[in-house]
Amino acid sequence: MKRVLNPILGTRPGIAVAASGVIALAVMPIAAVMLIALSGNDDGTLQHLVSTVLPQATRTTILLMAGVGIGTAATGVCSAWLVSSCRFPGKKLFEIALVLPLAMPLYITAFAYIEFFDYTGPLQTLVRSIGGYTSVREYWFPDIRSLPGAIFIMSSALYPYVYLTTRIVFLMQSASALNVARTLGRSAYGAFWSVALPLARPAIVAGVTLAMMECLNDIGAVELLGVRTLTFAVFDTWLNRGSLAGAAQIATVMLAVVALLVAGERMARRKQRFDVAARNIEPARPVQLSGWRTIAVCLACSAPVVTGFLLPGYVLLDFASRRLDALAAPELHAALLNSLVMATGTASVAILAALAIAYAMRLSPAPVTTLLGRIAVLGYAVPGTVLGIGVLIPLAGFDNWLDGRMREMFGIATGLLLTGSGAAIVYACSVRFLAVSFGAVEAGLSKISGHMDMAARTLGRTLPQTLAEIHLPLMRKCIATAGLLVFVDTLKELSATILLRPFNFDTLATLVYQTTARGAFEDAALPSLAIVAAGLVPVILLIGQGDRRDLVRATPETIEGDALRA
Amino acid sequence: MTITIAPRMRAVFLAAIAAVSLTPLASAAKAAEEVNIYSYREPQLIKPLLDAFAAETGITTNTVYISKGLVERMAAEGVNSPADVILTVDIGRLDEALQGGVTQPVNDAAIDANIPAEFRDPAGNWFALTSRGRVVYASRERVAQDTITYEELADPKWKGRICIRSGQHVYNIGLFASMIAHHGIEDAEKWLAGLRDNLARKPSGNDREQAKGIYSGECDIALGNTYYVGRMATNEKEPEQQDWAAAIKVLFPNNDARGTHVNISGMAMAKYAPHHENALKLMRFLASEEAQKVYAEQVYEYPVKPGVPPSDLVASWGEIHPDSLPLSEIAKQRKAASELVDKVGFDSGPAS
Repeated sequence: MKRVLNPILGTRPGIAVAASGVIALAVMPIAAVMLIALSGNDDGTLQHLVSTVLPQATRTTILLMAGVGIGTAATGVCSAWLVSSCRFPGKKLFEIALVLPLAMPLYITAFAYIEFFDYTGPLQTLVRSIGGYTSVREYWFPDIRSLPGAIFIMSSALYPYVYLTTRIVFLMQSASALNVARTLGRSAYGAFWSVALPLARPAIVAGVTLAMMECLNDIGAVELLGVRTLTFAVFDTWLNRGSLAGAAQIATVMLAVVALLVAGERMARRKQRFDVAARNIEPARPVQLSGWRTIAVCLACSAPVVTGFLLPGYVLLDFASRRLDALAAPELHAALLNSLVMATGTASVAILAALAIAYAMRLSPAPVTTLLGRIAVLGYAVPGTVLGIGVLIPLAGFDNWLDGRMREMFGIATGLLLTGSGAAIVYACSVRFLAVSFGAVEAGLSKISGHMDMAARTLGRTLPQTLAEIHLPLMRKCIATAGLLVFVDTLKELSATILLRPFNFDTLATLVYQTTARGAFEDAALPSLAIVAAGLVPVILLIGQGDRRDLVRATPETIEGDALRA
Repeated sequence: MTITIAPRMRAVFLAAIAAVSLTPLASAAKAAEEVNIYSYREPQLIKPLLDAFAAETGITTNTVYISKGLVERMAAEGVNSPADVILTVDIGRLDEALQGGVTQPVNDAAIDANIPAEFRDPAGNWFALTSRGRVVYASRERVAQDTITYEELADPKWKGRICIRSGQHVYNIGLFASMIAHHGIEDAEKWLAGLRDNLARKPSGNDREQAKGIYSGECDIALGNTYYVGRMATNEKEPEQQDWAAAIKVLFPNNDARGTHVNISGMAMAKYAPHHENALKLMRFLASEEAQKVYAEQVYEYPVKPGVPPSDLVASWGEIHPDSLPLSEIAKQRKAASELVDKVGFDSGPAS
């Protein structure tokens, strides 16, 4: 076999070209945003921003991202480690419950927190009744509408990104590495720090990156909390000063900074490998806990569930309990159905795309695919509405071009085929959440040793067979995790959906938003809870059915054994 | 046998696909009895009107609510845009649609007879349907005075006593733009900085939460739109909000002199409206006495049609005298107002 090393396309031009198709579609909206940025004439937008809000907004954004990064990493990793390495009463319940904050739209969590900590909320009411106060000026109470408040709320809501990606890696982790550490004299605690944690680094980084990107693209929660991030500058420039180009410029700069951060982290670990040895592998067995340790672990696992889910859930349930009649509303049922269809479609597309890109990078790390692939998965760092515009313009351009051609050639008017259709929403959401699915898929793929590929190929398996018989079974859980994350994120997705949707088409998220848009957050409680309920189904499917058993069945050893026997 | 059928099957299959995928397009083009709305307005607020329109004319309305980027979407869709009518709040949005070239002029005697000249674009590119005052909510307990001016809000006597939502919100941008239009940019800047230093807290939340701030004692004065008071005062599902409304009185700033700043909600005909006739019918209906009454009674806004009274609740606050400066003049200052908000660091709260 003759293989020519192509400096651009790498060793496997075929795969590179196929993956390039997927990547091109994923990059297109981001490229459109960049083109809009370039199209702007110099109208003083950036100078104005640099001389006014930009320094402060940049500082706020960096602090928020850093705070949420640390908060989600600590919460996500600790909870993932506890549920994957210990056995204690209620563990199964915690495994599921720890994912639930993800199903809550971020700005709804923020709203619930403000309600809870506000003057009329239960806490301050208690303070007043104890102290006998009548006005807020008579006592001190921490203001949740602040940067520390935002860091706390967003960390509580976003840690499941880290929890989910990290947990799966902890479960895939072989016991041998940990056992070696223990044999060499490390305590369980020490083994966690020096072995498990460094091995899980790609997964932790993937989760934390998502949480930090969410800080950048969010406008709903930060607006409620009065935390002026750079995203405000994007929207103020566009909507109040009529400069979409200026807005796109800021968004592009934000994107570039994220790209640099991600690239820097990769550079720092470029010489490291995170896969597990193919032999003598046995999943780490959870430690049975007893006594005070059980109580401590239960408390530690409860805290994130309470702050991220139960507290906002309580506020929503309270509002929803006065609006149960709305349960029968046909709008709610139609929206639920639309949400489920969109979320399922997006999850499928986003996983296939992530697999294509990640697999192409693994087999043929060509400079072009790698670079564009890295850009393609950054869509999540762009505010959703701006990315939506980036989807809208090329799609509408294509539709109008096709319509023109068809009229010319056949006298048929095709009109707007894609724009304003469900397909446009699925496309936009897939691009937005490619970062989400790609992170989980790539983290899983990095756990599979390249030796397994070689063994399979040596044993006569073709590339597709290797993928189907070796990689996919090993990555089942990672793919399911990726699917779950994208599914739930699409359920919550608002910005792109609201811009691109067809007539008379509501999802649960748009129902929620419409009520909050007229200042009636309380009416949003029921559809918000419906999002949580819809998100709960895949969570239970994923975690509830004893994944450790599946994992044991699909250990590399058994697969390699099968391969050897065959 | 199979060899001869397969291509036929394929042909039938393709024809079926073509029929299925093209039928809706063909029927959409033919079905005269519908009208498509792109709306910046929250659907719940316009639903009663659209229901009444459907009942009266038999024309079905299709709505898509787009909170940001409506004009960009229409511009991208171009000649194939299905939109017939744009509904929106804020003069800025109407102006943006006009500047974006996605509207077309409407010159209709019936509409013009109902909507006074100051409430429509001279060329007929947009029409106001309701107006809403940007007013002062004052604590009944802690604020003695019953009249107030916007200018006065920069007076140090209010230090630490004023609550407001983000200065970059369209409602505040409209108000600040009117201050620039009246006083010039330099005085407006001084005023805005003075207002900033009187704030009780960093701007956040929506207008209702400012009323809640008065109820809780955090502030004595807040800026908000008129209709929120009506909606809070009549909120039966959250009776607590009735307490917030009860804690405040509505003061119309500058009511005795140059008039209170009002903004509008309005409508425009889309440039490539495929259902032109039905769109015109809808626009006539929304300007009619019947629809204007619905706006007054259910949404607590001020109808623009002369002779249609506001709701009793709104009327109980007294008569509003709107600022006589044309809204189009105010719209021109929006960009400057937005830049001013950044320049004085309004949203960072008091400097001292």
